[in-house]
Amino acid sequence: MVKYILKRLGLAVIILLGVSLLIYMLTMAMPADYIDNQTAAAVQSGQMTPEDVLRLKELYGLADKSLPGILKGYALWFSNALQGDLGFSFLYGRPVTQVIKEYVWISFFISLIAYVIEIIIAIPMGIRAAVNQYSGYDYTVSVFSMMATALPSFFLAALLMNFFSINLGWFPLQGLTTATKIFHPSDTWGILLDKAWHLVLPIVTLTLLSIGGLMRYTRTNMLEVMNSDYIRTARAKGLPEKTVINKHAFRNTFIPLVTTLSGLLPGLFSGAMITETVFSIPGIGSMAMRATQQGDIPFVMGYNMYLAILTVIGYLISDLMYAVVDPRVQISK
Amino acid sequence: MTDNNINLTNQHDLNSEVNNKTPVVQGEMARLEEEELAVQTAKNFRSISPARMVAKRFFRSRLSIVGLCIILFVFLFSFLGPVIVDATWGYGQTEVFKIPRQSQLLTKANFEGADGRKYVYYDRSISTVTTKAPPSADHWLGTDTNGLDIFVRLMYGGRISLTISFLTIFLEMILGTILGGIAGYYGGWVDQLIMRIVDIFACLPGMPILLILSAVLTSIEEIPAEHRIYYMMGFLTLISWTGTARLVRGQLLSLREQEFMLAAETTGIKTSRKIFKHLIPNTVPQLIVSASLGLGQIILYESTLSYLGIGVPFPNAAWGSMIALADPSKGQEILAYYPNMWLPAGILIVMTVLAFSFVGDGLRDAFDPRQKK
Repeated sequence: MVKYILKRLGLAVIILLGVSLLIYMLTMAMPADYIDNQTAAAVQSGQMTPEDVLRLKELYGLADKSLPGILKGYALWFSNALQGDLGFSFLYGRPVTQVIKEYVWISFFISLIAYVIEIIIAIPMGIRAAVNQYSGYDYTVSVFSMMATALPSFFLAALLMNFFSINLGWFPLQGLTTATKIFHPSDTWGILLDKAWHLVLPIVTLTLLSIGGLMRYTRTNMLEVMNSDYIRTARAKGLPEKTVINKHAFRNTFIPLVTTLSGLLPGLFSGAMITETVFSIPGIGSMAMRATQQGDIPFVMGYNMYLAILTVIGYLISDLMYAVVDPRVQISK
Repeated sequence: MTDNNINLTNQHDLNSEVNNKTPVVQGEMARLEEEELAVQTAKNFRSISPARMVAKRFFRSRLSIVGLCIILFVFLFSFLGPVIVDATWGYGQTEVFKIPRQSQLLTKANFEGADGRKYVYYDRSISTVTTKAPPSADHWLGTDTNGLDIFVRLMYGGRISLTISFLTIFLEMILGTILGGIAGYYGGWVDQLIMRIVDIFACLPGMPILLILSAVLTSIEEIPAEHRIYYMMGFLTLISWTGTARLVRGQLLSLREQEFMLAAETTGIKTSRKIFKHLIPNTVPQLIVSASLGLGQIILYESTLSYLGIGVPFPNAAWGSMIALADPSKGQEILAYYPNMWLPAGILIVMTVLAFSFVGDGLRDAFDPRQKK
């Protein structure tokens, strides 16, 4: 077991090295317009010389765009990143790690709630669909789940906004707080409620986008379990159908579900770029979107690396869970 | 003979029809020449090729037929549609229509005058707008903020989406099959190397990387704006080929161990023939399924890129950029009052993606030999 974990960890390190090098090279190929734009006025009026601009770029490791230069910059960036320093964001004027730390929570909150709702709805529906295979319920669930995965996030958001905010007026259109309302700083509940109010539609969007996949996954796994020999045995023993499904089948369906769902946990911290941008939620996703559009190279680099780390941790967790949850799995290698 | 017939009829109801038409007379059978016997057998037993069996199973599912019909419709709509429009109405996606229409704005304000009386202040302004025409007989879905015909633009947008998704999937399949095939066939360190590359590419965050790449593309002045989408297509391939590679590798690993490969080995054929004649054809069913499911994903990616304004450049239409008109950050007007501008594009995206997943699902079930129904 220890050997298995060590091997997985070693692989994760190799993958992260490769990913970081790739991301670094891509980001460095981005135009360094941001510095040029910011200093253009100063250069024009003579406050800064082009040499100053070049020095500024060197300071950020953006001056030398040749391959050795990029590799040197990468080595520097990497050694800093190991110490938890992902660089300094142009756009937000603060260390990248600080920006991520500040804005990640709102994204995490939205994703977490969406994740919980998704589990609560999708798993029972998937199981019911599998138990009544080829029934009307099964078809409805299948078509619904495929429809949910076929929706582009921005279109779903537009539909929800049109219906619930504009036509019905139930929820606010965009943002995180009501701009026209003034809350007393001690009115914590009022502020929280107001924020929750703004987050309903984004949460619904995220839930709907991911619910289809989980539903189908549950259904497929449950179908596989229902066709296995031990279910036939349980039925042959004369157990009531309820016990067969709830105890024997469901518990076995749970194994792949737990593996997959736990692997999704790190992803809750990654933020939803499009959804957050459409709803103007100041989460990590919309911050990253703005940074990318404006060419804030250090932030883009840091954020993408952060995403890659989350993905790798996700894979690691589901690999480990796979070995831990299912007692039938014997780790030999 | 007769026994066999009965067996077959039980298995496949399709044969019963054939049997009824050509009753076999027992006495005659003995006198038939061998060739004639063969002809007779061919009449009695309809041997179904694997391809036809798959087709039969595919068409048995209602959802796959619905999917196929939608795909056919979208194809005709976006490839034949513009041709017809060009021939009958004589314009394309960039034709600007100025349709004047009166827009009345009535504002009202209450205020208390200096004399203490209450006044109601009315402000009525009439202006003429030439864009954003409502649906009419000439312009079925109206015109958009620039006075372009929405219905015609939907057709051209479909063209872009379908072309890009098919080309991307094609490239992805080639790249994935070659690399996955090499990894799966040779195993060992080659496999290790390729699979680690696959792991690295699979860990790249897709959308952010595409955003970065589009920024890089924009900075290269030698590339004209119209060609950027084709480069983006290449990048889409680069971030999505890993699934195919894993699939092909997994298939090859299990196929390699089977008896027919041992048989192929003993005939002493060339490695390339072994790969392309015996191994790759066996992975084709899985590849077709994953391709048809992947097509929808690529359409979603492409429309997101267009939505963000980094897909097809402006005068050309794309479904994603048509929905971008409804972005409330640019004003709520279109989102609230002009659903004809963004709703049809969204419906088309959902329909097309859904159709591809119906077909993909139907194919998966049809290819699965364990499927009995």
